[in-house]
Amino acid sequence: MMARARHQFEFVGELVALTAKTFRCMFTPPFYWLRVLEQIVELGQRSLSITIVIGFVMGLVMTLQFGYGLAKFGGTLYVPAIVSLSLIREMAPIFTSLLVAGRIGSGIAAEIGAMNVSQQIDAIRALGTSPIRVLVVPRMVAAMVSLPLLGILATFVGIIGGAFIARAEFDMAYGFYFNKVLSTIKLHDVFSCYIKCMFFAFIITLFACWRGFNTKEGTRGVGQAATWVVVRSSIVILVSDFFLSKILILLFD
Amino acid sequence: MENILEIKNLKKSFGDKVIHRDVSFGIKKGEIVGLLGNSGTGKSVMLRCLVGLETMDDGEVWFQKKRIDLLSEEAMFKIRTKISYAFQSGALFDSMSVYDNIAYPLREHVNLSISEEEKRVQDILDLVHLKDAGKLFPSDLSGGMQKRAGLARAMVLSPDVILYDEPTAGLDPVNVENVLEIMRSFRERGAAGIFVTHDIPAAQKVCDRLMVIDSGRIAFQGTVEEFDNSKDSVVQNFHVSL
Repeated sequence: MMARARHQFEFVGELVALTAKTFRCMFTPPFYWLRVLEQIVELGQRSLSITIVIGFVMGLVMTLQFGYGLAKFGGTLYVPAIVSLSLIREMAPIFTSLLVAGRIGSGIAAEIGAMNVSQQIDAIRALGTSPIRVLVVPRMVAAMVSLPLLGILATFVGIIGGAFIARAEFDMAYGFYFNKVLSTIKLHDVFSCYIKCMFFAFIITLFACWRGFNTKEGTRGVGQAATWVVVRSSIVILVSDFFLSKILILLFD
Repeated sequence: MENILEIKNLKKSFGDKVIHRDVSFGIKKGEIVGLLGNSGTGKSVMLRCLVGLETMDDGEVWFQKKRIDLLSEEAMFKIRTKISYAFQSGALFDSMSVYDNIAYPLREHVNLSISEEEKRVQDILDLVHLKDAGKLFPSDLSGGMQKRAGLARAMVLSPDVILYDEPTAGLDPVNVENVLEIMRSFRERGAAGIFVTHDIPAAQKVCDRLMVIDSGRIAFQGTVEEFDNSKDSVVQNFHVSL
């Protein structure tokens, strides 16, 4: 029991240390801009298609469910407002982040883990460079830039998907639907989505890089690292979402 | 001649397992010292301690009359351009071509034009007999070629000391000769070296001095002739065990 508690304290301590080192490297030269751009393409641009699919389907399903649910109380007219707010405040940041945790979190952990077990991380250090600058900072910056944009995109596509269902199932005019959406969503909702995605991107890359650096036991360890990141970062995303939502509501509502 | 690199009173353990009890030795400019010992005696750990990739429990490391074991990781980056490490596996970056692997230290530490960089990389590729391998990726290379590419990367900044971690392990006799020839040519260019190996004939061919590590201590230290004629029980046992 005590050993487990100590292990957890060590784990948190190492995450804090990695965070401190990463932020120090993020704001002091040398900077690896080209690597950041490469990672934006790798993490962001290559997640575009799946983000669009997920966002669109979320919009379809939510509009369908809210539409039929509210129809019982004569509240169909509120569907655009509820769908758009739910999407931008909760569903888009959460689903996009969980998707990214699965797609790129595991990828980062596996890549850095494989580099670790094949001594490439040691080689980076032995060649007089910092693995944090070379590997962690570009991935974290790229994720913190890309994920909020993906979250906004998922919201946008979800609202469009919702419009199709509102029209097809509830005979709602496109003009009415979009007018309601635009009058409901405020700038602070967009900001809220942005902040959440940015925080989740930080969590995913931090966990993935930490696990990659601590990968042992060869290829088996690489596989375990990838799984570990998806599970842990998903839990932390879901739990921290509650607290983030509370803070953002207190700040803006 | 004074030592260029020196380790004093190294102590290192992993948990309850004591690796080094009290190890001290030094190397002089331009010489290659062979560090012999059976598997698990901590030869590679010692190299890692020398260059700060592993922390010591106790002891000191001195390089060019400056103590370096107390330096921060960032400060060690500059030292590691002068003491380079050739990994046993080559440890090439598998997402980069051989050319980019070798150019990596140059791009990080030296401000060169593209043509100067190409000249430096091609020069070192010629030296390790990988003239036409620049565009290949590490996965396209044989084990011997990977080791030679790793040696090239270790040498490209013209360091003062190269730490060779079993560069001949697992190679056929022809490739062993190639690697030894490369080590000799590096020495001709002024690089001292520590050659970790349990390949006695290879060490005898290239080293100026030999050391045998056993039970966490340097059990023997002397010239190749002294090693051959030694009646020391550790040296004798080491010969027999191989």
